[in-house]
Amino acid sequence: MADIVEIEQQDNQIERRKKERRKQTRIHLQTAIVTRDNRQTIGEITVADPRIRCTDIDVFYGDKHAVRNVTLDIGRQEIIAMIGPSGCGKSTFLRCFNRMNDTIENCHVTGKIMMDGQDINDKSIDVVPLRAKVGMVFQKPNPFPKSVYENVAFGPRIHGLAKDKVELDEIVVTSLKRAGLWEEVKDRLDQPGTSLSGGQQQRLCIARAIAVNPEVILMDEPCSALDPIATTKIEELMDKLCADYSIVIVTHNMQQAARVSHRTAYFHLGDLIEVGTTEQIFTKPGHQLTEDYITGRFG
Amino acid sequence: MSTRLEGHTFRRFDGELYRLHTEVLQMAGLVYDQVQMALESLQQQNLDIVRIVNERESQVDALEKNIDSAITEILAKRSPVARDLRAVMAFSKAVTDLERLGDEATKIAYIATTLYNNEHTNPSNYLLRDVSVMGKLACALLKEAIEILDVLDLERAEKLLNSHDDLDEEFQAGLRRLTTYVLEDARNVGHIINIVLVMKSLMRVGEHARNLAEYAVYMVSGEDIRHTEIEQA
Repeated sequence: MADIVEIEQQDNQIERRKKERRKQTRIHLQTAIVTRDNRQTIGEITVADPRIRCTDIDVFYGDKHAVRNVTLDIGRQEIIAMIGPSGCGKSTFLRCFNRMNDTIENCHVTGKIMMDGQDINDKSIDVVPLRAKVGMVFQKPNPFPKSVYENVAFGPRIHGLAKDKVELDEIVVTSLKRAGLWEEVKDRLDQPGTSLSGGQQQRLCIARAIAVNPEVILMDEPCSALDPIATTKIEELMDKLCADYSIVIVTHNMQQAARVSHRTAYFHLGDLIEVGTTEQIFTKPGHQLTEDYITGRFG
Repeated sequence: MSTRLEGHTFRRFDGELYRLHTEVLQMAGLVYDQVQMALESLQQQNLDIVRIVNERESQVDALEKNIDSAITEILAKRSPVARDLRAVMAFSKAVTDLERLGDEATKIAYIATTLYNNEHTNPSNYLLRDVSVMGKLACALLKEAIEILDVLDLERAEKLLNSHDDLDEEFQAGLRRLTTYVLEDARNVGHIINIVLVMKSLMRVGEHARNLAEYAVYMVSGEDIRHTEIEQA
């Protein structure tokens, strides 16, 4: 009996020591979630060695202040998702990265967007090479009304990336392979790009973007017109491509943001509300507005 | 910090989470009763109560299955995130602890039958003294934990988790006392082994109660404070 009690006591000593330590480290919870009326960005907006560093970006459409004082870094091998309700400024912000807003009348962008040591809003910057460096994929697949081959060859040709036909062929093949489309189109390179399925067309657009050696790929709702299988293929492709490129994706599909991105940024009425790792945003958002949006508690 | 589970634009989701919360609390209520009744059977030498404790066990088990299937359904249909996800996870964990609490109650009830249902003399009151003290402490802790899980009050959870562990102290003191009883009269040994097992069960009740409070904290704040003592040691 004494032995049993001894064993029992030893057993309990272990537990007691644990508890002693617990007593020494009293639990203090810091849990305040940021309230809805606070519009300061919370979370890590900067990263070490960013590909793009945006500082104090404001975008106006005439009098409308569409993006308000946004500061955010885009990392080198990351997929960053921008989420938020319609009209929150996420697409407008995305379009700042390749100066697509220049094409909109009355649109006015202020602030600094530094890429490779240069401000891309600088007047001396030529937008054509900029848009090669920062490729874009749109919501609706928009292949040129040309052959599959020509769709991919067009960019390298106008940017003079190939010396001869052999080199150009190589770029086309490599780009189609990287876009995961080669096996499906290798026998129909001369057919029109528009003859492909929606998902294939979107991957063709991605092949077209990567053919000109971009650093960043912007994707504005790239899967909203695609079925789940085509969507999965694009997501898988993004997962591979992020080893070489920074990918910025705007999506209304929160599950997609959760699946593919490393970081997530939440926009609300032009303000960047919260940035964080995707894991943190979707399990423990720090701002009430973020939580309301991702859990489906609108307004 | 908002703790509400309602407010979804899609109202049906509110209802599903509300029902889940209610069922978890219902299970907690049953389990709390079980523990109390098991202790009563022991203290009042009432073996009729043991029967009720055992009957409750099947209700608790059925609820566990119900709740698990409701959780699976919510995960499949709603893909919950943030607070909703934490709530579902916390409820899922809580259910496991509640089921084990039910098991502890059944164990205590079983020990009551072995103590009183044999040809030996019943254990004297002084042998049961520690069970009575520990029982009260364990029940109070469990009641508070269940209430915390109901109202999701972070401050109360913090208070409970930081509170001094009286159960542990009583257990240690009880062991010392029981050892001296064995030394005085070795014939007590059978009873004392059983009583130590009851005390151990009551320790577990306290631990499960703490777990419940930890899940409530995770649910409300997103902070996982389990095993804090190991990580920070």
